[in-house]
Amino acid sequence: MRVDAMSGTRLLYNLRFRAILYQVIAVGSIVLLGLYLFSNVSQKLAEQNIATGFGYLSREAGFVISQTLIDYKPTDTYGHAILAGIVNTVWVSAWSVVLATVLGLVVGIARLSSNPLLALLAFLYVEALRNVPLLLYLFLWYALIVTSLPAVREAWEILPHVFLSNSGLTVPSLVWTGTHTVVLLALVLGGVLGVFVHRRATAQRISTGKTRMIWPWVALALLAPPMLAILVMQPDLTVSLPEKGRFRLTGGAQLRPEFTALLVGLALSASAGIAEIVRSGILSVRKGQWEAARALGLRDGLTMRLVILPQALRVIIPPLTSSYLSLFKNSSLAIAIGYPDLVMVSNTTMNQTGQAIEGIAIFMLVYLGLSILISLFMNWYNSRVALKER
Amino acid sequence: MTTATDIAEAQLKMPVRREPDIGHRLLHRTLKPLVGTPVNAVITLACLWILWLGAKGAYGWLVTRAVTEGGAQACKVGNGACWPFYEAKLRFMIFGVYPYDEQWRVLIAMILFLGAMGITMVPRFWSRQLLVLWGVTIAATAILIGGGVFGLSYVPTTQWSGLPLSFLLSAVGLAFGFPLGVVLALARSSTLPAIRVIAIIFIEVIRGVPLISILFMASVMLPLFMPSGVTVDKLLRAQIAIIIFAAAYIAEAVRGGLQAIPRGQHEAASAMGLHYWQAMRLVVLPQALKIAIPPLVNISIGFFQDTTLVTIIGLLDFLSTVRTAMTDPNWVGIAVLEGYVFAAFVFLVFSYGMGAYSRFLERRMRLGHD
Repeated sequence: MRVDAMSGTRLLYNLRFRAILYQVIAVGSIVLLGLYLFSNVSQKLAEQNIATGFGYLSREAGFVISQTLIDYKPTDTYGHAILAGIVNTVWVSAWSVVLATVLGLVVGIARLSSNPLLALLAFLYVEALRNVPLLLYLFLWYALIVTSLPAVREAWEILPHVFLSNSGLTVPSLVWTGTHTVVLLALVLGGVLGVFVHRRATAQRISTGKTRMIWPWVALALLAPPMLAILVMQPDLTVSLPEKGRFRLTGGAQLRPEFTALLVGLALSASAGIAEIVRSGILSVRKGQWEAARALGLRDGLTMRLVILPQALRVIIPPLTSSYLSLFKNSSLAIAIGYPDLVMVSNTTMNQTGQAIEGIAIFMLVYLGLSILISLFMNWYNSRVALKER
Repeated sequence: MTTATDIAEAQLKMPVRREPDIGHRLLHRTLKPLVGTPVNAVITLACLWILWLGAKGAYGWLVTRAVTEGGAQACKVGNGACWPFYEAKLRFMIFGVYPYDEQWRVLIAMILFLGAMGITMVPRFWSRQLLVLWGVTIAATAILIGGGVFGLSYVPTTQWSGLPLSFLLSAVGLAFGFPLGVVLALARSSTLPAIRVIAIIFIEVIRGVPLISILFMASVMLPLFMPSGVTVDKLLRAQIAIIIFAAAYIAEAVRGGLQAIPRGQHEAASAMGLHYWQAMRLVVLPQALKIAIPPLVNISIGFFQDTTLVTIIGLLDFLSTVRTAMTDPNWVGIAVLEGYVFAAFVFLVFSYGMGAYSRFLERRMRLGHD
């Protein structure tokens, strides 16, 4: 008896045993909590007669989505509606990322300008955007577009055939067909070829030490495939021009106010964060690097491209990743101003079917999956620019 | 043979270059970055033009074109700031639907809260007594706002609204999220694989989804997870969502601090005979948390702004009461800009103040270390 008690106490003081004990307790309590919640849920769902499972995804949705990138009509399935929402989310996030990066780069460099007025303006821009909630700006931009712009009948023609009104921006557009997609793919192919040619030429220059003019070859590789595609496929290049009729605009493509407000709001607020990231990245490169590059005889542009940027990027990329991720997640605020993104479509679906758990599970999984994809891509890029040590 | 004296004499005999007088120098120093090169001069002109336009627009809207008298009709005609709107709606925008005659209670609670914040922000007062101060402040605030004791009438949570609600959501969210976040950070850097994996999954899932989805979960899904007959207050549900969300972000900031503490500190603590919790509490965490203070302040600013999202699940936070004031039948369509400008101004003041404080802390810590 006594011996057993002793060994029991000793066991409790054994580090390995304790480690296992703690982990068993942690996992066990989570499993128990999960089971408890699950039993509650099944009981509630049975009481309230709510169906479970993802069967509803193949039923007819029956609601209208005001703007979609892929074809969608109310007779399509819920699954298709949610897909349209995902595409909308990705579409607006992608454009916002591009805009925010460009704006952020410009403002970040402007904040470091030796011209005090320019630096002051950039500072005001950053602080005004960083210290006010994004949701407020979204409401504001949307309200400004809807209330202070003229009605469609009095739409402003800001450029020839570009109309601005309270139902959005109307611009000339191509009528997109399959042949255009082929040309686009050819353009992508050209880009890949161009990069390839440039790499080969650089490798050759490094191995032989001879500099040759390479840009004509790169340009050729870049432009030949799309040119060829245009010649072969003969795509329809007629542009649909918006015309102002008596009551509405006909033709062209329209950027809806919801999309525009969300795009502008997301891009501006993210650009303020990116500007700060760019600024701290450039500041992190020591002055001696500039001086050393000049001493080697590099011009300012080359110094920036070959010496400063590669070092600044190392500092910039990790926080840039998280600001892209938060931009992507913030696109879910679309629901506040009525842009039909994933969250809004899921919300409508949940209201119609009553299946809240499945609806929320789907959109959380999609966000999680896309977030992981973005961070994987950025981590890959980061490992390319990271400091290569032995 | 030249000696030091010779050199000194030679230097004395050298002609002294005449320095331009101080006014001239100052002028040169100010003008050079502005108009030193043609490009710079163009940039300066463009900036001046933008600043001038901005200042003129703001002054015109706020002062010269402002409508100071009359009701909604006068504002509809004019196109400047509508002061009568502020006069009529300011109190509603700040306090929301809290009972009108009891609003002094919220005002006192807010003053107490901001006072406690102010004291907490001064490094000289950082001590254990702050916990007592916050205990008292929280109790007093809760009694003042909730009522039901000491002859104060009971005010249900559905009437808690406006700016106080925004403060409440962010303050309680951070206060409860902080200890949870520290525990999560410790779990994530633990050597026990199961605990580490649980912490990683929790933190990464919460950080990988938007706040709005967690708010939806709390408002739509949480009631389904409760046993039959148990209902959780709507405000409390949103608060739980914010606490969980805050904890995941705080955990990452604290983990950053933990990683900055060299291994030697852990080993030294073990060598002193301290067990894990003692080592963490007495040696590692005090240093790690100090390093994590600036990112934690930045997280706080973010959360103060993020509480506006509760508008979407139907709580009456500050942004929501401002919007309600703007859609009042008497004012609808008239005071769009006025409402948002006021709300933006309030957020700007508090967020900028916190940001300036965070920069002050960073500077102070840098001085402390070198």
